[in-house]
Amino acid sequence: MPAARGLPGWRRAAAPWLRAAGLLLALLAFDRAMDQLHNPYFTQVLVLVAVNVVLAVSLNLILGFTGQFSLGHAGFFGIGMYVAAAISVHAGAQIQAFLHEGLHLPLLAVRTLFFLLLLGAGAAAAALAGVLVGLPSLRLQGDYLAIATLGFGEIIRIVILNIDAVGGARGLSVVSSNPAYSVRYEGLFAVYAVTVACILLVARLVYSTRGRAYLAVRDDEIAIESLGTSPTRVKTEAFVVGAALAGVAGVLFSQSQGYVHTNSFTFLRSVEAVAFVVLGGMGSITGSILAAAALTVAPELLRPVADYRMVAYSLVLIGMMLLRPEGLFGTRELTLGGLRRLLGRGPRAAEAP
Amino acid sequence: MEAFLQQLVNGIAWGGIYALIALGYTMVYGVLKLINFAHGEVYMMGAMSGYYSARWLGLSERPGAVSLLTALGIAMAFCAALGTAIERVAYRPLRRAPRLAPLITAIGVSLFFQNAGQLVFGADPKVAPQLLETREILRFGEVAVTNLQLVILCVAGALCAALTFVVQRTRMGKAMRAVAFDRETAALMGVPIDRVIAFTFALGSALAAAAGILVSLSNPKVDPLMGLMPGLKAFVAAVLGGIGSLPGAMLGGVLMGIAETLVAGYLSSTYRDAIAFVILIVILVLRPAGLLGRASKEKV
Repeated sequence: MPAARGLPGWRRAAAPWLRAAGLLLALLAFDRAMDQLHNPYFTQVLVLVAVNVVLAVSLNLILGFTGQFSLGHAGFFGIGMYVAAAISVHAGAQIQAFLHEGLHLPLLAVRTLFFLLLLGAGAAAAALAGVLVGLPSLRLQGDYLAIATLGFGEIIRIVILNIDAVGGARGLSVVSSNPAYSVRYEGLFAVYAVTVACILLVARLVYSTRGRAYLAVRDDEIAIESLGTSPTRVKTEAFVVGAALAGVAGVLFSQSQGYVHTNSFTFLRSVEAVAFVVLGGMGSITGSILAAAALTVAPELLRPVADYRMVAYSLVLIGMMLLRPEGLFGTRELTLGGLRRLLGRGPRAAEAP
Repeated sequence: MEAFLQQLVNGIAWGGIYALIALGYTMVYGVLKLINFAHGEVYMMGAMSGYYSARWLGLSERPGAVSLLTALGIAMAFCAALGTAIERVAYRPLRRAPRLAPLITAIGVSLFFQNAGQLVFGADPKVAPQLLETREILRFGEVAVTNLQLVILCVAGALCAALTFVVQRTRMGKAMRAVAFDRETAALMGVPIDRVIAFTFALGSALAAAAGILVSLSNPKVDPLMGLMPGLKAFVAAVLGGIGSLPGAMLGGVLMGIAETLVAGYLSSTYRDAIAFVILIVILVLRPAGLLGRASKEKV
């Protein structure tokens, strides 16, 4: 970040740590404040916002930055969801008991480790699925890729629907087999910490040297191939990272909802994720964060007309493509500096480099 | 063996319906290089218009050929108009946009009809009035063929023949083939591109409407979401046969119907929806041009 440049060496080195500490404190304060409200409905909506933000940002990596149209993103979300739920139900209490009684770790550490284990397992399973889906289908382009990923998403859903160990069509309640060890995370701190981590990961990735390759694949595949980089490798990489993060979103969803069902990741869920990215701007991280948050909160505020939610989604998709195909933000990011310029303070846009 | 043959008969009849829908996908893809995701919803609107016209005109009170043809005619005319309207509003303004844009509007249109349909028609399935009475008319040993299956196959076959005639023997058909081959050059030769594309949409949508009527003969459950899965599967059928190829769509549709009935009969009906996508992925990996399609570099 440019603000740290020009400072004495030690302060420059400390700046990222200070920022991280500030972020953690802010998250903790946010968590405490929401806890004081004692409003489960409010918490629920905020969790859904976080889940959808992770979903949107991870799809933006694939669709917005790398230009690969995936219509099966919900499949990876579902894998993360079910992996976390299955581990929690079948082994959650045992793992925690081992950490607590076997290794004598304090309960807070046990719970944190277990949560990280779930996140890792969900992300790894979704990433593996991403490799399996990506390798055959990323050779395809545009609409063929869309329909192939759609097919994979549906296959994932139907296969899970037929696995009896995770409840099949009945769904699966995330309950611990031992009441002493809870396997669920209902607080906001963990959810939002993970969300921020995912956003930072994607931002670091796409604005790094490596990430330039993603943008290059989107803009001109032939050009990047002639420079000696394999577009298929770059696409697969973006696809797998995106899938893993969708898996993380699934883990967050299953642990905070406490109940998973295959109806939570149908084709419509993938379309919803596409709507977030398209509305916010393909290639704008802040855009998809704002779009995901807005499209999650809006139907809650508009409860009386909630029936029209999907109709509104469809009209947003059509209208957006006809009037402003690049999305609200296009490929631009919303930054503090940009906001200040917009409000008429700080340097004018023309003076900025 | 008898059970297998019976499944085969059921599958072929079901495949005739897929074939009719798949033709619309393949024609639109031919001229526009666009997957018309809203095509399944046109099929749904065909079934809906059949339902309402049968109710308002009292067609179910005198079931028979006349009632069936009336319902078919109304639904096909209505959907032809609907298809051209969709093209005019959602696709034509994006003719020069990147290919992702019309694909996203297509999904938007499809979502719009599903959800607006639920608001307008109600989300609960309606029982379509009987336009024909079911009887068994042919029997080979244990294998029974009902008149409905025969009607489905005859109507589907007649429509395929009519379509082939239009595309191969008329001026408009020649123009369609020219646009599919090379749109810019066709425009330079004085082919009215917009009118040809609108005509293609009308033709494909009318066939989807016919499929909607035929499906409600044997499976009389009409609801706003009925187009989603058959639409996707018919698209897979079009890819299987070779997208852009009319005989390919017919073949792909029938094969898809057979594959699905066999899976439902022998494996598990819950895997019925998965087989289509398995076929899709296998065909995309092994033979992306499809069974009867010509290989082209652009597609994959």
